[in-house]
Amino acid sequence: MLSRREDFRDILEERRTSSDLSHALKSFTRVSSRASPPCSVSTLNKTVLESQHLHYIMQEVSKDTGEPLEAIREEAAGILEEMSQNLQLGYIRFLGFILSKVFKRLFRKINVNEEGLQRLQQAMQESPVVLMPNHRSYVDFLVLSYLLFTYDLSIPVIAAGIPLMGMQLIGEILRRSGAFFIRRSIGTDKLYWAVLSEYVKTILRKDFAPVEFYVEGLRSRTLKSLPPKLGMMHMVLEPFFKGEVYDISLVPISISYDRVVEESLLAYEILGVPKPKETTMGLLKARKVMDEDYGNMHVCFGHPLSVRDLAKGKVNRKQYNLIPRDLPMKPSESIHAFANTTAHLVLRLQQDNMVLSPWSLMATILMQNLGGINLKLLTKQTVWLKWLVLDFGALVDWPVQVADSEVMSSGLSLHHSVVRCEGDQVLLAEQKPQRGAAPEEAVFRRAVAVLMCASYRNQALHVLASPAMLSVALSLAAASSRADIYNLYAFLREMFYNEFIFIPDRTGQDFEEACSLLQKCGTVQIINQNIMVTDKGLSVTSFLTAAVEPFIDAYQVIFRYICSRSVQEFTEKQFISGIRTFTLNLILTGEVKSYDVLSSETQKNALASLVRLNALTKKKREEQTYFSPNKAAIGRTADILAGKIAPQARTYSRL
Amino acid sequence: MASSGHGSGRQEAADRRLRLIAGHLHPRIAASECKAEAAESDPVRAKTVPKRRQEVMKWNGWGYSDSRFLFNKKGQAEFTGRRYRLGGLIFPSLKDWFESTFGANLQHKSPPTAALNSSAITPPNLNEPFLQDLKSMGIPHSLEAEDRVFRAHGHCLHEIFALREGRFGRLPDMVVWPNCHDDVVKIVELACQHNACLIPYGGGTSVSSALECPPDEMRSIVSLDTSQMNHILWIDEKNLTAHVEAGIVGQELERLLNESGFCTGHEPDSMEFSTLGGWVATRASGMKKNIYGNIEDLVVHIKMVTPRGVVEKSCQVPRMSTGPDIHHFIMGSEGTLGVVTEVTLKIRPLPEYQKYGSVVFPNFEQGVACLREVAKQRCAPASIRLMDNAQFQFGHALKPQVSSIFTSFLDGLKKFYITKFKGFDTHRLCVATLLFEGDREKVLQHEKQVYDIAAKFGGLAAGEDNGQRGYMLTFVIAYLRDLGMDYYVIGESFETSVPWDRVLDLCRNVKERITRECKERGVQFPPMSTCRVTQTYDAGACVYFYFAFNYRGLADPVHVYEQVEHAAREEILANGGSLSHHHGAPKPMSDTCETTNQIAAYIQSHGLLRPRFLHLVVHDGVVDAKATEDDERLCRKRR
Repeated sequence: MLSRREDFRDILEERRTSSDLSHALKSFTRVSSRASPPCSVSTLNKTVLESQHLHYIMQEVSKDTGEPLEAIREEAAGILEEMSQNLQLGYIRFLGFILSKVFKRLFRKINVNEEGLQRLQQAMQESPVVLMPNHRSYVDFLVLSYLLFTYDLSIPVIAAGIPLMGMQLIGEILRRSGAFFIRRSIGTDKLYWAVLSEYVKTILRKDFAPVEFYVEGLRSRTLKSLPPKLGMMHMVLEPFFKGEVYDISLVPISISYDRVVEESLLAYEILGVPKPKETTMGLLKARKVMDEDYGNMHVCFGHPLSVRDLAKGKVNRKQYNLIPRDLPMKPSESIHAFANTTAHLVLRLQQDNMVLSPWSLMATILMQNLGGINLKLLTKQTVWLKWLVLDFGALVDWPVQVADSEVMSSGLSLHHSVVRCEGDQVLLAEQKPQRGAAPEEAVFRRAVAVLMCASYRNQALHVLASPAMLSVALSLAAASSRADIYNLYAFLREMFYNEFIFIPDRTGQDFEEACSLLQKCGTVQIINQNIMVTDKGLSVTSFLTAAVEPFIDAYQVIFRYICSRSVQEFTEKQFISGIRTFTLNLILTGEVKSYDVLSSETQKNALASLVRLNALTKKKREEQTYFSPNKAAIGRTADILAGKIAPQARTYSRL
Repeated sequence: MASSGHGSGRQEAADRRLRLIAGHLHPRIAASECKAEAAESDPVRAKTVPKRRQEVMKWNGWGYSDSRFLFNKKGQAEFTGRRYRLGGLIFPSLKDWFESTFGANLQHKSPPTAALNSSAITPPNLNEPFLQDLKSMGIPHSLEAEDRVFRAHGHCLHEIFALREGRFGRLPDMVVWPNCHDDVVKIVELACQHNACLIPYGGGTSVSSALECPPDEMRSIVSLDTSQMNHILWIDEKNLTAHVEAGIVGQELERLLNESGFCTGHEPDSMEFSTLGGWVATRASGMKKNIYGNIEDLVVHIKMVTPRGVVEKSCQVPRMSTGPDIHHFIMGSEGTLGVVTEVTLKIRPLPEYQKYGSVVFPNFEQGVACLREVAKQRCAPASIRLMDNAQFQFGHALKPQVSSIFTSFLDGLKKFYITKFKGFDTHRLCVATLLFEGDREKVLQHEKQVYDIAAKFGGLAAGEDNGQRGYMLTFVIAYLRDLGMDYYVIGESFETSVPWDRVLDLCRNVKERITRECKERGVQFPPMSTCRVTQTYDAGACVYFYFAFNYRGLADPVHVYEQVEHAAREEILANGGSLSHHHGAPKPMSDTCETTNQIAAYIQSHGLLRPRFLHLVVHDGVVDAKATEDDERLCRKRR
């Protein structure tokens, strides 16, 4: 059941009753009312290569390297050839046919909010559109094209990682379905940046097709949102700032899965086992995943955001007037802040429209009962949590007219890879270590099971994050004064900025919202600038605190580790292998219960937080990044997190 | 409608307005009747504008009382009066264009209040000592309501709209007519002495609100009408210059110079009514600037009376290098620094040959690319303008009724050739209008060069007729606005200058912004939002926008209009354009532009300027005598 109204329709229903072939061959008319006639792929590429911007950069590179301009031009043409998509409707049809078959096999339903598609259609007629989905699975990659094809909307061109291109045959099929390929680490390659940004901007300027990219940059292994990458963001915003288009629409899209196809790989990857290389053979071998049931998939198209509206009063476009249109311009502070805030806003909107499955609520409860829990109790608590997240404004896919017990057992059986039932007890399904294996091996296997479960908890975590920060603040605060609690809340927000994705400069607003959420459900009372937990609210705050406790514990372990080391500086690689051994020992002695600290994502986030808080200094030397700790500052941070001392007071601002 | 009416006051007013408009459509031919005093001993004496402007001009609209557009009984558009070549002509397609463009309807009229009701006007706030001294000097003046109303406004939309509704804001309290430079010196001295406020008034065609009287002005406001200072004082054939009084009206200046075989070549669209002094004060630009230059290129010498004395150079030379050019301080000052009284201008022998032309382009992008190339090769004709599709349609709607079947057959053939044979889309094509001037041979050569360039950008020559009609549009547009206002349509023009690389983006974004802002503000029917590239330069172009909409159903149409225009200007600035190319700084936007005044005020406040040098004022358009005292005090302190 969905208390916030969002009407979904299952598109597979029709596929199951009518011919996939006629779906693939249906007439397709691109909807676009704007004046400029569509241009061909070759014209597009020619425009990019002949652009003033690229010309200017090529001259610069030629001057820097001493190579003749002609050679640089060849190089640029090569980059473009490697990169560019070659969207052809025929391949979309072909893919449409295959995908119909695959999707029907994998999923029970693919639910789409048709209203969102109507809004998208409207937006496409008004300005160039950028589709910004979250990225949780390889399945994301073509599902949008499939949907847009089904609904007669312009097929997007999609920014993809270059490894996909390496796949024989598949790479070419993807290219012809609109994928364009971006190298992973571009670094300071000026020419590459220039070709890429000119390519993306030309697509938007010419309104060649909607541009689809993942603002998180990567597939999230934790199923939580990743902090945004801003490179592409800047590229898609600039044509508006420079007035080359009237406006640009950003469309946040939320794709939620009951069960993620590559779930078993995720835990291994975040534990540091490298992901298998994308190969065609690998894909064929992975065929057996097709025999499994992956439940429902929800695709929710959010409200298009007008960049023009967002930028109103925040970006002074006149700053672009004093430099020739085609010359590259380093983004100013305000532009950078705007891109950053906008990217975070899109992530937040993606989160808002995620559809929570009953299972991810169960996983949240399970994570607080890793030793196992009675099914009745689990049911009771899950139902209780359902009401809580509904109060918090989440969308939940809880079937109506089905008994709660049935919802539970359906969730449990769908996720037999994560949980198992032993009598009335629900337990994590972990592989038994081989006889005689080292104790570390057992921890590792346990960690795989816990982190798998944790990723499904993570699917629901964004709903709880802000109120949970408030709950933690309430428990840490020495007094109940609003100012003290705000201080702690702001500190925690900074601390877990990358973990839970908060929109910059919105601390005050988020704080107010969290307060009113907890107030609304009777958890806290606010009297005379004092925030107090009510008697019956205690269960809520302690639940919320427990939900984020693994992260707090993990950060504490990491702080401890850094402070215990005597070295002046370390690289990320050294850090990650060091912290792993350190934690393993702590877990073996039973001193630490959190498995999240083993997750490389958490480790990296903690490092980033310390850098943000100036407790770590980041230095680049010889292509290598070094961190040097300020142990006193880290110690202070740990003490605040433990409630021993209060954070520095900060001025309270609503906005 | 007026032509069908009889008797009622409203009808009379409408009739008068009609007559007024008609006078306008014959660009180069001056009005013949003149009620002003006959020429005295002067060698050349202009005679267009009488002291009592109401005798020939509309009080609540554009131009001559006898010239105007109207829809006749058959619903056909027609232009009245005999002053213009268009007088008496029928425009068969104007009605359809008007109704379909604006969603307007001939049944829905919004006529103006009938006549100027003098009794509704507040009596003047007189400065008696000033008045007495003025009388003793024998300088002509008037306290009459009609005279005051005429000089209380320019031609901004809100000003004309208020007049049509019979609303009057703060008016000048009296009007004075100096006859020469010395009179102006005396008047300014008196104003300083008696603490009166002066507003210089030339042709009254301002669109920058510079003539608006500050509503909170407590002092007596004196409108200084320069219209009687309209003599050409001398012509220097050796240096090719003419020394002219600043009150002369453009068309008179040209007519009189033509009689001697010369011209200035300065032809702003308002030249029928705007004055030399006004051109200097607003940094005007003329249609044929490619040959003759803009006002700053034409001016050799300026004499300006300020409250601190007369400012002028001591020589009449082509260029000097003795500090910043004082002329550039005066040009664009919009009457805030003083009254321009006499100007020496460059003149040229009359051109031997003139030829119009036009080119059709498949779309606006190609057209702009062609203009850019023409500018690059520095071979722009006297005038070259590129109208967008909407403006092309507009111009087309102004095609007079053709008398012969043969002509209309030819027109049909042309259209067939362009749309069917050449594959131009009638909803995308656009037209460049051209005007060549000079030796016959050179003109023909030049013409070929330009058409060759145009051909490279897909342009097809489309005849002299289309070209000429394009230029006519700019002269009649103000009369057409009055017609629109009779049927719930309001509009105005604004302009900008912009670097070449931003021309297309700016045009598209500004037009789009207008359309969207109108929609957001509840305008029921999509507005007309059209532009033309109207001048070319080495480094950029001047773009001119027309914007009009049907305001039925809006409570405060002028406010909506102003909000949309403000948004459009904001968009211009964001796209790298300037606030104005030649109209002058729009008052409501002056916060966004650092005017010379502000800079000067800033500098002077630091005592960098010698106090005797220039004097500064508070309000744009107002010579503020009170500021003198402040200056005095400042000076004393420094001493």
